[in-house]
Amino acid sequence: MKISLSKKLALGALASAGTLMATAGSAFAAAPKIDSGDTAWMLTSSALVLMMTIPGLGLFYAGMVRRKNMLATMAQSFGATCVITVLWMIVGYSIAFTPNPGAGLNPYIGGFAYLFLKPMGLGVTSSLAPTIPESVYMFFQMTFAIITPALIAGALADRMKYSAFLWFMALWLLFVYCPIAHWVWGGGWLGTLGALDYAGGTVVHLNAGTAGLVVCLMLGKRVGYGSENMAPHNLLFSVIGASLLWVGWFGFNAGSAVTSNVNAGMAAAATQIATAAAALGWMFSEWLIAKKPSVLGMISGAVAGLVAITPASGYVNPTGALIIGISAGVVCYVASVWVKKLLGYDDALDTWGVHGVGGAWGAMLTGAFASNAINSSAKGWLIDGNFGQMWIQFVDVAAVFVYCGIGTFIILKLIDMVIGLRVSPEVEREGLDINLHGEEVHG
Amino acid sequence: MKLIVAIIKPFKLDEVREALSALGVQGMTVSEVKGYGRQKGHTEIYRGAEYAVSFLPKLKIEVAVKAEMAAAAIAAIASKAKTGQVGDGKIFVTSLEQVVRIRTGETDGDAL
Repeated sequence: MKISLSKKLALGALASAGTLMATAGSAFAAAPKIDSGDTAWMLTSSALVLMMTIPGLGLFYAGMVRRKNMLATMAQSFGATCVITVLWMIVGYSIAFTPNPGAGLNPYIGGFAYLFLKPMGLGVTSSLAPTIPESVYMFFQMTFAIITPALIAGALADRMKYSAFLWFMALWLLFVYCPIAHWVWGGGWLGTLGALDYAGGTVVHLNAGTAGLVVCLMLGKRVGYGSENMAPHNLLFSVIGASLLWVGWFGFNAGSAVTSNVNAGMAAAATQIATAAAALGWMFSEWLIAKKPSVLGMISGAVAGLVAITPASGYVNPTGALIIGISAGVVCYVASVWVKKLLGYDDALDTWGVHGVGGAWGAMLTGAFASNAINSSAKGWLIDGNFGQMWIQFVDVAAVFVYCGIGTFIILKLIDMVIGLRVSPEVEREGLDINLHGEEVHG
Repeated sequence: MKLIVAIIKPFKLDEVREALSALGVQGMTVSEVKGYGRQKGHTEIYRGAEYAVSFLPKLKIEVAVKAEMAAAAIAAIASKAKTGQVGDGKIFVTSLEQVVRIRTGETDGDAL
């Protein structure tokens, strides 16, 4: 989400100068300089990130559940996409990415000037993305706002009411995602502090992972967990889903340059390297310990790598990406397989193990491997000798974990009191598809 | 008349069918089934969660033959379905009281 600081300042100055001139007189009117190359890339990136959720994430998750819950799992990704799109238009973008007129409040939450996106005319740009139309920036950020809550569905799979799920998505977007996005990217306190989160290691992945941990603890285990066969019903869908996530992630990470420039190129390269390395990291760990390199392990490792490189992608060099990738594959394998078994929570599809742990791991390693030579707005510990960055990254991780944990808990408590979170054991046994949606997959 | 029910390894079906056809057996019914015998099952592992799969996929073939052909048919199935490994399957033989061909109403030997 950060373009290089110098360019951003220069363009921001240009943009505000343009606005001033436009108001001063039409003779000097120079509209904000919208770059067609940047705009084309950001339109592409937005569509790529949308593809990550539907169908990418939907298929990734739906392949891992039992057959009776396959459509319900797709309905979660699809329904979240629609609910969040509308809420983002009404108020989400405004409170996440526009400044709060109260200077004391601005570090924590944005303003309400963009309710229903009213000021967003044709020639308008955001100071956060001065070279593309604000409509494109709003759309790009919308696709991030969609996938973040949708990721949580992996932890609550197989047992949540659909009504409770949609309420959860809506409230979590507004009260957890939007404030945190504002803190880090929208001009809030973590961004000001200097936290480095290129595309959402904490804002997206640690955030969704933490919420996943809270929701799986509050829902409790699936009926039959540990005694019944809960093997994925069709991993082919998961392979297709993970591959769509991988491809779409170039919109996520390289798109977070918000321009079509050198930073976008480096972010794309780092993403590809880390993802492959993490897939190998997970695969070889499993091969060594469980004796077989599973397909589910390879794709899980790839997603873990994508997650971990997300905060680092525009800040690290290829070697940094390689190290982040390999280590994320091993760390997330341990978290999803061993730690989960040890502690006994039923994070059904490992939202915490992959996104929470991978996001936090990537955020910390971003502090270690960020390189001033790669991005002039960053100075990391190992290459530039700036150990202070590690502390800032830790504050970022801790703040997101604590705020998200508490916020998610309160939201779920409220929903539980009003409509209840979980389906009945009979419904759970028979399957969500037929009971919640009145449909089944045949053939 | 005899009804021969055989549980065999799925990949052995074509050989068994060819051998029975060569003997003059006119028809066969095949079903996909699951079960266990001495072969037991196998273990699947998904992100560390282990599931014992105790029923393995097999094919069940059902063949009705005249009594005098039963021994040859059983021998054909037994030789063609055999790999020598555990899990080759079993053959069950029962007496058959009556057979009716639905289209013509023919019965017993004429219906086979």
